[in-house]
Amino acid sequence: MLDKMIGSVDFQSKALLLRAERQRTIASNIANVDTPGYVARDFNFKEAMEAASASQGLVATHKTDNRHMDLSGLDGSSLGNVQKRGYSVQSQPNMDNNTVDLDRERANFVDNAVRYEATLRFISGSAKTMLSAITGQ
Amino acid sequence: MSMFSIFGVSGSAISAQSQRLNVVASNLANVDAVAGPDGKAYKARQVVFQTTLLGAESAAGVRVKEVTESQQPGRKVRDPTSPLADADGYVTHSNVNAVDEMVNMISASRSYQNNVEVMNTAKTLLLKTLQMGQ
Repeated sequence: MLDKMIGSVDFQSKALLLRAERQRTIASNIANVDTPGYVARDFNFKEAMEAASASQGLVATHKTDNRHMDLSGLDGSSLGNVQKRGYSVQSQPNMDNNTVDLDRERANFVDNAVRYEATLRFISGSAKTMLSAITGQ
Repeated sequence: MSMFSIFGVSGSAISAQSQRLNVVASNLANVDAVAGPDGKAYKARQVVFQTTLLGAESAAGVRVKEVTESQQPGRKVRDPTSPLADADGYVTHSNVNAVDEMVNMISASRSYQNNVEVMNTAKTLLLKTLQMGQ
């Protein structure tokens, strides 16, 4: 019963964590736009999401009683280590070997922010649905 | 919460860029300086950025590794009446290139603005996350 209720929220929460992780990666790229020799990092969201969905229960929980609820997949705090981080392809070679393309990073940053907000609304929506089902009004 | 470290990342970039802006200001102020406190002509300074990891691998901040002095020869102006003139009557001015410094200033201020915007976006997203489910 519980897993049916939290199933979609759980999926969205994983997406939210990955979006936050990507936001941070892009912020690092923007911060290092003038650092000589810095190589821009990014990761493929689709692959990371597939990997995160496949791995059930990122935190091992120990049940001491068989009436305890199953917590597998509820906690995604270690999700950041799931995905493989890649290196962005250099679009315009730079004298100081810095591979950050500021235009692309800014576009990615805004895109990711909008998607983060969308995921947030999905979670809010399913929480409201559940709440109205619980209160029955 | 991984989003909070964006403030650390962008904050480090902002402080590094403001240090760069400071150095540019010193260089521009001393563009016509003939002698510094040590009696020699002012040498243009430049910051060197370095990536610094803030905890996680994805949180790559930036810091000023060192401030280097340009070793280019200073501009020589013939002025035999000056007390600072050498044996041939030349006075060595600072080696600051005003055009380079202006370009540096624009670049630093743009990067600063970019990072402020990143912080603002992160703040908005975190505030919206706080309101989740309300």
